Amino acid sequence: METVLAPAKEIVDYMLHSKYGSTNTTMEDYLSRLRRDKVNRPVIFVGMGTCGIVAGAENTLAAIKNYLNEKNIDAEVVEVGCIGLCAHEPIVDVQLPGKRRLALSRVKAEMVENLLDNILNFEVPNYSVLGQYAHLNQEAWDEVDELGSLPFFRLQHRLVLKNCGVINPTSLEEYLAHGGYGALERVLHNYAPSKVCDIVEESGLRGRGGGGFNTGRKWKIALNTPDDEKYMVCNGDESDPGAFMDRAIVEGDPHRLIEGLAIAAYAINSTKAYIYIRAEYAVAVKRLRHALEQATQAGILGYNIMNSGFNLNIQVSEGAGAFVCGEETALISSIEGKRGMPGPKPPFPAIRGLFGRPTVVNNVETLANIPPIIDNGPDWYAGIGTEKSKGTKVFALAGNITNTGLVEVNMGTTLKTLVYTIGGGIKNGKRLKAIQFGGPSGSCLPEQSLDVSIDYESLAEAGTIMGSGGLVVMDEDTCMVDIVKFFTDFLQKASCGKCIPCREGSRRLHEILENITKRPMNESGHETLERFKGVLQLENLAEVMRDTSLCGLGQTAPNPLLSALKYFREEFEEHIFDRKCRAGVCKDLRMFSIDVEKCTGCTLCARKCPTIAIIGAPRTPHFIIEDKCIGCGICFDVCKFVAVIIK
Amino acid sequence: MNFPIEVNNKTILARRGETILEALDRNGIKVPTLCHMPGLNPTGSCRMCVVEVEGKRNLITACSYPVEEWMKIKTHSPRVVNARKTNVELLLSNHPDDCLYCERNGNCELQLFAEQLNVRERRFIGKKNKYKTDPSGSSIVRDPAKCIVCGRCVRTCDEIVGVCTLGFIGRGNQIIIGPSFNKQLNLSSCIACGQCIMACPTGALHEKRHSDDLQQALHHSKTHVVAQYSSTVAISLGEEFNLKPGREINGILNAALRKAGFDKVFDTTFGADLYLVQLTAEFEHRLNEGGRLPLFSSDCPAWIKYIEQWHSEMIPHISTCKSPQQMLGSIINRYYADTYHIKTEDLYTVSAMPCTAKKFEAQREQLTHKGISDVDAVLTTRELAQFIKLNGIELQQNDSELADYPFHVRSSAGKLMSVAGGQTEALIRTLYFRLTGNEMKQPRIAEMRVNKDYKEVKIKMGKHLLGFAAVNSIALAHKLIEEIKAGRDDLHFIEVMVCPGGCINGGGQPIRKAQNALKIRQKSIYELDEKDPISAAHKNPGIIGLYTDFLISPDSSIARELLHTSYKKREVPL
Repeated sequence: METVLAPAKEIVDYMLHSKYGSTNTTMEDYLSRLRRDKVNRPVIFVGMGTCGIVAGAENTLAAIKNYLNEKNIDAEVVEVGCIGLCAHEPIVDVQLPGKRRLALSRVKAEMVENLLDNILNFEVPNYSVLGQYAHLNQEAWDEVDELGSLPFFRLQHRLVLKNCGVINPTSLEEYLAHGGYGALERVLHNYAPSKVCDIVEESGLRGRGGGGFNTGRKWKIALNTPDDEKYMVCNGDESDPGAFMDRAIVEGDPHRLIEGLAIAAYAINSTKAYIYIRAEYAVAVKRLRHALEQATQAGILGYNIMNSGFNLNIQVSEGAGAFVCGEETALISSIEGKRGMPGPKPPFPAIRGLFGRPTVVNNVETLANIPPIIDNGPDWYAGIGTEKSKGTKVFALAGNITNTGLVEVNMGTTLKTLVYTIGGGIKNGKRLKAIQFGGPSGSCLPEQSLDVSIDYESLAEAGTIMGSGGLVVMDEDTCMVDIVKFFTDFLQKASCGKCIPCREGSRRLHEILENITKRPMNESGHETLERFKGVLQLENLAEVMRDTSLCGLGQTAPNPLLSALKYFREEFEEHIFDRKCRAGVCKDLRMFSIDVEKCTGCTLCARKCPTIAIIGAPRTPHFIIEDKCIGCGICFDVCKFVAVIIK
Repeated sequence: MNFPIEVNNKTILARRGETILEALDRNGIKVPTLCHMPGLNPTGSCRMCVVEVEGKRNLITACSYPVEEWMKIKTHSPRVVNARKTNVELLLSNHPDDCLYCERNGNCELQLFAEQLNVRERRFIGKKNKYKTDPSGSSIVRDPAKCIVCGRCVRTCDEIVGVCTLGFIGRGNQIIIGPSFNKQLNLSSCIACGQCIMACPTGALHEKRHSDDLQQALHHSKTHVVAQYSSTVAISLGEEFNLKPGREINGILNAALRKAGFDKVFDTTFGADLYLVQLTAEFEHRLNEGGRLPLFSSDCPAWIKYIEQWHSEMIPHISTCKSPQQMLGSIINRYYADTYHIKTEDLYTVSAMPCTAKKFEAQREQLTHKGISDVDAVLTTRELAQFIKLNGIELQQNDSELADYPFHVRSSAGKLMSVAGGQTEALIRTLYFRLTGNEMKQPRIAEMRVNKDYKEVKIKMGKHLLGFAAVNSIALAHKLIEEIKAGRDDLHFIEVMVCPGGCINGGGQPIRKAQNALKIRQKSIYELDEKDPISAAHKNPGIIGLYTDFLISPDSSIARELLHTSYKKREVPL
């Protein structure tokens, strides 16, 4: 960090005064340096989000420090969050005095020396270069694309992720210098709580956790429910497989969440707020706690915030690992110290929630949307997106997609744009088979749905839900039965066990799917009968689960199955009637045969076969006795002549 | 305020703020419920009460959803019935399917649902959870395999009784209900009150049987088998035989037990009278000699176990009197056996109680004599009914007979002990006489007869103004103890009964055999109190005779040895 001229508190004070017109050049200069408009020594940014760390950023960071040490170079090293291009981690940016910030992709520790040698000598390396940040007053690198012009970034609209991967998440000063906490300051001094609710309601912002309820309206209900104490809760228990939007926000820009939460708390007259976050998000929890401490010290949280008379205390509550605690009533009982089990609604938390008081539970992304709405006004926000779905949505792209990572697009963008333009299409040139939307509770959409626009209504029409924003792309090598089986297994383990349809139904659902992917060999007539009996019950069971489960987990648990049955019915039928898995994923259904042309008769497969199912004389083609074969695939693995083929 | 709602195409009136279930109930439309417990907040876990409401995407639970004006409800549409049936079938798919071997065969809610919903085929076949039964508890046996996780026992243990022994463990389909950390019952904080058994819809919780030994003993020529039964049992047993609820059947019960082979049949109410006299004497002694007050009652063994576990510092406040069962047990073992020259080892004493904790009490080390328990077997009301049926006795075809001499006379005060507040009332009668020398003019104390969990009365007796309280749940007792420790001193005697309503609602009573059983039993006891010629324990001629012949006085060394006991701190996890 540069020598500290003024701690955060002074910036806040300056913020409060400057609105009356007094500017201070020293301070303005300091803020501009915090924004890195101008730097006087090289600055090296290392992406240290969880995705970066997993990709080896810690080693890269050590290598960079080592390099600077050895060469005795005076440079600043900044750890930043994730910019969203997780496939390119570890990402390292270098900004030289006067020059634009240059982003490098997949920087392994051993590449550091060579890359830095080049760049510090003002030469663009011939590999690893991702692009450069746009800046008016800095000199551009030659023949390097601007990041914003890359397909990945061009079609994005980064409101929530604006600072992620760009600023130092552990520095409150940097957040302030980028205009942070301005919205909170404006709200506290200029608006009554009901006015804040109005603004948010008018903006059309809807809950980003999946439900899609109008956020401002929810706040109003809590605001208008009389009680001496109310609670604001942020739901950061993001546990859908393949979803990491909230994690990236908390890791990359924790103060934005705190600002949004503080505005929300003010809007419902609450002086106590909780952030419920997964304990597994170790980096996020650490940064969040750090940020809360900083904000409290700077007078942004605590007693009499920014001289407005508003008090707010925010407490971090770490989840103990239960998926169901993402459901708001379960989350509330978990904060209360009870077993995290959902309860019946109504009463809705906004009427009677945490400790029996009116409580608003909002998702991380929802709250992160609040500061820009306050900054730019509800009309501006309502102008983004479609008629009923306003603003932007963050998606976590995962699965067989080229650019796995985090993207933020306007509501109304088509799936095609998201997958092909931004996501870079399917990995290894394969064909798209299905897109799993909204986590385990969502649905699998087929290739034909690519023209669907991403907004709450269109997705519901297509038979899926927005969910929290996890998007798993699957290619032709995926077996849909297997995928559905994976999700039902996930949900039967995640079920809290309270209500019957979810507890027992999810298990039976999973068993029925297990049965149809089990090996057909040596199946007795009774077993066949049971298998078919199960299949016949499948749809009824799914309907009853959807109809009668207590909370969203059980109600949506059959979604993957029902949607897959709708769009990929023939694949299920193949599994059931032909006992065949076209993708070759269901190992038990695999059958092998030997290509007589290719087989050299080396006898290796016959020797390795555990059930002596392969016969043949040496140096003559071998054969597999299907009745004896258990489908283990050892012959397939050991054959040196690619003679064993999957039927 | 009333407003109309539409149910099954008919308009009915609902009240603002009530749930759909309440509105339906009042209008005579029955919707099945499983996890619902009247008076407690709905948890909505069983989904049996789902109904179809126009405009709602999913089915909703009637027990938790408030009525809205002109709501259109269908309670038995095909969609609703199919949902209920599927859910019951799902429960059955993870149930041991061993109804014929089950304790609750014929009195099981799951069985009833399967019957009502016409389940005739195993549609869902799959893995079942395998659990071992936990027979470690002294009174209660837990069979998790039969548990359908409705959560009623958990809420009973937590919200009604207040000991929080049972809880949910694990998640998804591996969830089970058990004591903390899934420990065995004997290591847990369970106080054996048995209210969980009363709440359980299936056979997942039941009492530990003592009746198997009994059949052996009855048919052993040398063994002298003696029965004592609680007055509560005499009132509630009839329910098991479809007799009019609330009818006291001690006459025919005496006859029936003799027919079954008991050598003598005594009435534990005699023990209750003895307990009352001893308790009064102890109270008077403490009052006059400046002993520890307030004095807590000691006849509820579940309460005693609770104190030993959680409030051992209050032990000096607990009466040292044994409970009526144990007092009569000791007297039978020493006085009766000596008088009739029966060897102690040949004597087999059986008691029939409305309580499961009495099984635990009979095994308490402090209550044994030379290593032999004063009471050999304790049967619950349910076990007694089963025992009578096993022995082929037609209960109604017996003529009334008296209990056996010398423990056959009893007062109505002893009977009052079965009702919450009754012990206090009975104690006041005898205490008033001891302190003032006069009988009370108005021996019925209205304050002790209200249906509340906490009752209090202040009465002037001679120079003393004494405060009496009757508490009916552990949670309230705990609160009171904290108040006393903080310095509250206006109370002198506190009766604590763990079961709501007192022993008439004990954990060993018939399970849902009669509607409104609790009220009827209570009424019946108060009626007996009106009719009975002897209305105070100290007026019981049998008791007077026992003191004259054997005990001499309540303070004599023999009375102290036989009728008093001691308590000690117990360690339990959590």
